[in-house]
Amino acid sequence: MISQIIFALLLAVAGFFIFKRYQFVKGNILLGQKGPETDRKGERLKTMILVAFGQGKMFSRPFVALMHLILYVGFVVINIELIEIIVDGLTGEHRSFVGFGGYYRLLINLFEVLAGLVIIACVVFLMRRNFGKIKRFQSPEIKQWPKRDANIILFTEILLMKAFLIMNAADSLLTVRSATPARVPSFWVSQISQPFLNLYSTSTLEGISHFCWWFHIVGILGFIVYLSFSKHLHILLAFPTTYFSKLQSPGNLSNDKAVTNEVKLMLDPNAVVEPVEFTRFGVKDVSDLKRTQLLSAYSCTECGRCTSVCPANQTGKLLSPRKVMMDVRDRMEEIGNAKAANKGVWVEDGKSLIRDYISEEEVWACTTCNACTDACPININPMEVLVDLRRYLIMEESKSPDSITSMFNNVENNGAPWAMSAMNRADWTNE
Amino acid sequence: MDFKIRTMADCMAEGTTPEVLFWVGCAGSFDDRAKKITKAIAKILHHTNTSFAILGSEESCTGDPAKRAGNEFLFQMMAMQNISVLNAYEVKKIVTGCPHCFNTLKNEYPELGGNYEVVHHTQLIQELLNTGKLKIEGGEFKGKKITFHDPCYLGRGNGEYEAPRQLIQALDAELVEMKRCKTNGLCCGAGGAQMFKEAEKGNKEVNVERTEDALAVKPSVIATGCPFCNTMMTDGVKHFEQEHTIAVKDIAELIAEAVDL
Repeated sequence: MISQIIFALLLAVAGFFIFKRYQFVKGNILLGQKGPETDRKGERLKTMILVAFGQGKMFSRPFVALMHLILYVGFVVINIELIEIIVDGLTGEHRSFVGFGGYYRLLINLFEVLAGLVIIACVVFLMRRNFGKIKRFQSPEIKQWPKRDANIILFTEILLMKAFLIMNAADSLLTVRSATPARVPSFWVSQISQPFLNLYSTSTLEGISHFCWWFHIVGILGFIVYLSFSKHLHILLAFPTTYFSKLQSPGNLSNDKAVTNEVKLMLDPNAVVEPVEFTRFGVKDVSDLKRTQLLSAYSCTECGRCTSVCPANQTGKLLSPRKVMMDVRDRMEEIGNAKAANKGVWVEDGKSLIRDYISEEEVWACTTCNACTDACPININPMEVLVDLRRYLIMEESKSPDSITSMFNNVENNGAPWAMSAMNRADWTNE
Repeated sequence: MDFKIRTMADCMAEGTTPEVLFWVGCAGSFDDRAKKITKAIAKILHHTNTSFAILGSEESCTGDPAKRAGNEFLFQMMAMQNISVLNAYEVKKIVTGCPHCFNTLKNEYPELGGNYEVVHHTQLIQELLNTGKLKIEGGEFKGKKITFHDPCYLGRGNGEYEAPRQLIQALDAELVEMKRCKTNGLCCGAGGAQMFKEAEKGNKEVNVERTEDALAVKPSVIATGCPFCNTMMTDGVKHFEQEHTIAVKDIAELIAEAVDL
């Protein structure tokens, strides 16, 4: 009975932390501006199914895609086992569903095969990340915490799978020794460790089985809480992020509606314009970004494919599109924490996304080539954040590199980015 | 030019409506190198009896570099002025000599009131080829290695990878792909208004990085579809002192040469 109470308490505590964190992340995302992304539901659903559910964009790098697919399928399928674990925990039974007989054995065998593959994939990922010569895992923005974060996730997954497999092996041996009411046969993968476990006494085996069961469930609950604080949030947020991702041609940069109104009124003071919510032109801080952009920052798993294809980054510039999204997320967290510490009231801290997180040097290095967004497995768009920051710098601060300022002047006065007269536009026809 | 190129104003005065407006673009109008591309496109249009006109002095920057540099205000001003000119001439179809103009006119003008069928010159030439209006005898380029540098705003921006490649193949040339091509193509370094400023501090110029990709496949011609890419790749080839062995040419120029225009 005590163990059932402890179990129920654990569930409640984990649920509480997850709910708190959910509220926090949601609050941070709601800092942003409402976007128009509620249209074309069918196409959005299709994008989500292809890109997030179907992992469509992962397969440009087939080996990694396969490893990742194993983790993804493993996560979804093995967690079906959670149902039994929760039932067991609350009823005090062990292996409540063993009565399903053949189906049960088949399912556990399937989970075991996946668990084995998950361990292999995690080991491969750990090796690649820590010992491989992969440039995108060496960038300055993923040293320290982001690196530890990735390693913690991979190690935890290995430990959780090991616990599941060892529990199965112990239970199989206990069945042979007729020491358990939950009779299970040898399973496909965990039988490998049976000879080793067989050296232990029956009571030790019972202890091992119990320990593994508790370790597994506490681990899973802890992991779910942990992932909400980590880059691993992508396993959930990839879905809404792809759903809300851009449907227009990738080359299409949205026209700022507030600007449209200004320009219309300037060209015709009697023009009728639709009023739009307006705080400032462009993006100075995360609260100027759209909610969908903030959501996408939380869904970034820091894989760095964007950075690895960025022409600026490849030629040694400071700009890294991955860092742009990490900066957006970190700034949201900073604001969220400051608000939480101040009874939910935001007091201006004198900082902003531009300069305190993303420097002008980074902003101006982007060629808007769209390679980052194209490479992102879940359609995150760092380029638009950079253009939004440029909009702020230009339209609110009139701040740009000198040569850009003269380009603007030329476009405005001569209708061309160079100081050439429109009268000479057709000169080539006479040459 | 040895034939007259009419402006939309000329056509209006004559009471005729050209089938397609040739949007020349700023580089195509003013840059000496890009003007050659403009002329090649005009020759192809003339040769295939395509009825076309230009805006001449009534054309302005689409606003693309301003928009990508963050000056949304200036962009929309240019766009609305251009749209009022285009709509006054009741323009239906536009061919551009530049993927940046192409992208902006095609994607960003409709919301501001400018709705046209917009094609890039390689798409129009492909159409002329497929409908038999243009016949290309490969002769001059037969067996030559040509590699194509995808402009970001034609390829990744608008998903057009095949039109330029089909044209290169029509030249009977050997199309060789760089290790990074199509969706993985590397930018030339000019986009996002980088053309008009110095690059940020780094260890290399983007166009040099891209030219290395091109040189690695040992082409005799690097084909482009954008006047800015053309400049960047030409500079890159000069950087490696390869300008005597490798030509950087727009696809329109290659076609015009092949048809002997």
